Amino acid sequence: MSPRLRWRKFVSGFMLTMTGVCALVAVSVLFFILGYLVYHGGTSMSWSFFTKLPVPVGETGGGMANAIVGSAKLLFLASLIGVPIGFFGAIYLAEFSGGTTAFVVRYAADLLNGVPSIVIGIFAYSLVVLPFKQFSTLAGGCALGVMMIPITLRSTEEFLRAVPNALREAAMALGASKWKMIATVIVPAAYRGILTAILLAFARVAGETAPLLFTAFGNEFWSPGWNQPTASLPAMIYKYAIAPYDDWHRQAWAAGLVLLGLILIINIVARAVLSRGIAVPRS
Amino acid sequence: MATTTTTVPSAGPVAGSRSFLSRLRDGDEIARLVTFLFAASVVLLTLLLVFELWQGSALPRHKFGFNFFRTSVWDPIFDQFGALPFIYGTLVTATVSLLLAVPLGIGAAIFLAELAPARISDTLEFFIDLLAAVPSVIYGLLGVFIVVPLMRDYVQPALKNTLGFLPLFTGPTYGLGFLTAGVVLAIMVIPYIISVSREVLLSVPRDQREAALALGATRWESTWKVVVPFARGGILGSIFLALARALGETMAVTMVIGNTPIISSSLFAPGYSIAAVIANEFTEATGALYTEALIELGLVLFILTFILNGLARLLIVATSQRGGGTGHA
Amino acid sequence: MKRITGMLLVVVGLAGVLWADTLAINGAGASFPNPIYTKWFSEYGKKNPSVQINYQSVGSGAGIKQVTDGTVDFGASDGPMNDEQLKAFQDKHGFPILHFPTVLGAAVPTYNIPGVTVALNFTPEALVGIYLGKITKWNDPAIADVNKGVSLPANDIVVVHRSDGSGTTFIWTDYLSQVSPEWKRKVASGTSVNWPVGLGGKGSEGVTGQVKNTPNSIGYVELIYAVANNIPYGNVKNSSGVFVKADLASVSAAAAGKAKTMPDDFRVSIINPPGKTAYPIASFTWLLIPSKFSDAAKRDAIKGFLKWMLTDGQSYAESLSYAKLPKEVVAKETKAINSIQ
Repeated sequence: MSPRLRWRKFVSGFMLTMTGVCALVAVSVLFFILGYLVYHGGTSMSWSFFTKLPVPVGETGGGMANAIVGSAKLLFLASLIGVPIGFFGAIYLAEFSGGTTAFVVRYAADLLNGVPSIVIGIFAYSLVVLPFKQFSTLAGGCALGVMMIPITLRSTEEFLRAVPNALREAAMALGASKWKMIATVIVPAAYRGILTAILLAFARVAGETAPLLFTAFGNEFWSPGWNQPTASLPAMIYKYAIAPYDDWHRQAWAAGLVLLGLILIINIVARAVLSRGIAVPRS
Repeated sequence: MATTTTTVPSAGPVAGSRSFLSRLRDGDEIARLVTFLFAASVVLLTLLLVFELWQGSALPRHKFGFNFFRTSVWDPIFDQFGALPFIYGTLVTATVSLLLAVPLGIGAAIFLAELAPARISDTLEFFIDLLAAVPSVIYGLLGVFIVVPLMRDYVQPALKNTLGFLPLFTGPTYGLGFLTAGVVLAIMVIPYIISVSREVLLSVPRDQREAALALGATRWESTWKVVVPFARGGILGSIFLALARALGETMAVTMVIGNTPIISSSLFAPGYSIAAVIANEFTEATGALYTEALIELGLVLFILTFILNGLARLLIVATSQRGGGTGHA
Repeated sequence: MKRITGMLLVVVGLAGVLWADTLAINGAGASFPNPIYTKWFSEYGKKNPSVQINYQSVGSGAGIKQVTDGTVDFGASDGPMNDEQLKAFQDKHGFPILHFPTVLGAAVPTYNIPGVTVALNFTPEALVGIYLGKITKWNDPAIADVNKGVSLPANDIVVVHRSDGSGTTFIWTDYLSQVSPEWKRKVASGTSVNWPVGLGGKGSEGVTGQVKNTPNSIGYVELIYAVANNIPYGNVKNSSGVFVKADLASVSAAAAGKAKTMPDDFRVSIINPPGKTAYPIASFTWLLIPSKFSDAAKRDAIKGFLKWMLTDGQSYAESLSYAKLPKEVVAKETKAINSIQ
């Protein structure tokens, strides 16, 4: 073997090992993050974290009960906005629309998807907070809902399109009207993918902080109804992490663990749902 | 009555052959209208967003014009608003993050696409997708408590001692600053580079590799000199995607960048980014000019990410088509 | 599936109804008095469970903006609103906004110097020099000369200031402007200035956090933040040449001079006052209350809170290192409450 070949083989082995190292580094970051959060967050979690309200600055023993409920309300509202628009819009794109309209809608959705979340915050502030003269769960929910729309729309459209035409033709042949065909055949056939899309969109906005800074604002207490400011997990993490109080740091870790745990579980469930396959007819 | 043909477009059989009244009776027209309204609302929302950004930044646009992008003084008291420090900070942190993330990301993608057996590749990809799902504020949390002390106590002094002759690594080592923000952003954008590059690499037709190997190339040479260049459009697209994400990141950046609107040649210096200044100052911007200057910054960010995302998509689609289509000799 | 939806709707409905009888009032502003405000609102809420006053510490600048925009019911600031801001409020709402002093506090120079645990002495010139970026090392003569006996390292000073619009910044820059014409010319005073040097921290909480975590740093925060987090803070030389430590006595002494001559709108600066025992960087902090409320329930709740604040509330101040209001000011304010309609 010539020295040149030996060198080339060495380089090949070396570089390919390095790529393996790169992959290992990338994946170990995830495990490091998880491990660190579990350690710090786990040791800080307590019953009072989940059930108590925040206490005055400098005192200990407070919790994030209002932030947990606040996040739940915000996400509920966001889903109420994001899911129907995404779902029905996708049905339009997949089943009814012509080429140009579809292109425009998809383009707009992709545009919306790429907008930085802080800009969505500005948008929701001018649209909801200023007219109502009120920071509110409603405004925060709108901001998050707008972020959910493009993800739900595009993914649902893809899954609807993936349903084989054979199903559509069979339904039409049996005399079904179009909407009946969609409702009773196509959507059930694609439901796993649609569910995945919704779950992933949900997980994506669950961790968003920036748009909440000037919409949901913050609340030291329970937020009554939908038209008052509310605390939320991500915003509390931000507030507590940059403060000097050790008790707040502990709570921030716990909240981080809860939030990340929730998001990861939703992601894993979504992918599991999807991997069980989309219902296809036996050919 | 015309019969429906057997070759149908992917959107399903065309219902245009039935009369309007029968469609209406069946509820199809209503369904079409309702779903159209939902789809149209997406377009309307987007248009409204762009309009709000444009209108909402009218004052500073008229007052400063293009000088907004050339001046570096941000002084709310004297009503002087220059965007340069924020644009600088955004670009510097994004560049640092890409310098770190691109080699690592492409390396990992090559491993996953070329070397790893399918199961390992899929499992690792699964974990990397989970990394992409971690919210920004959690990266910020880890940044503040882990990365900043690490940078301040170990990394930055080491860099200063070894490479301190470069203007990049001079100055006091706060731990916060451009470099730290770049590192945190790198961790955040790696998953995007890996997953998109991996897909693009996987779509490169097998005969490209086999031809190279047949000509006596080593595994690495075949990968690096044949497969990767073939997929380079898509890989570049993944980099643009990562860049767009890095530009728009708010929470993690504002927690580690130092929040100071200055332009400095040193990476150890604290800085500011567009997203961070909006997050910090929007709720307190008294006076229309101040508020609208921040909105104009939002507009700038929007346009930047818009262009990058568009380019990214073009590149990725073009490369995949190239791979799946006429890749054969 | 239907059952789950049904349950969800019930929960949603309940969420709307359950707290419908709680009167929710929202305020935002200064982080300077946040420890005592959160204490007050918590205690007042315990005594009056039907009223819930939610205060968010977002900085005086945000407080002024939001009460002017009407997105919160009241604001809070340690830098009184200037004439321009008052006019902006009046123009927007058609009635004026009122200032109500709540407590007295002090902005202290707090630092984190390895090996130094004592209270350093700072001259006005030293503070100006540090914040202008002219004094860059801890062992600079301007600092060392008045701290003989303390071994100061030759490390670079890490300057920390506020990144958000802050009344504490107003107090601090007001002081620097008054003691240094150069500062007044170059930077001036305000809630948000163009800092020559330094890192930005968000809120007094953020600055305290920065100083605590960053060796060789100096920042300015309200006294309680330094005390509660066990970080050393320095003495400042007052106008009579005495190095004074910020505490209840020196802060009250700073206000003593102006207590009897308090103007009707309560906007007054007690920066760098005469008096041997007065701390030079002290200030009142104000609640910004609109003079008219369209919601009678809110108006009554706020008036009720103000009355409580001026009587029972004051007793909480000292344990949190804030000085009580002078009794002349309390008397004047009690009368002023009646002008809220």
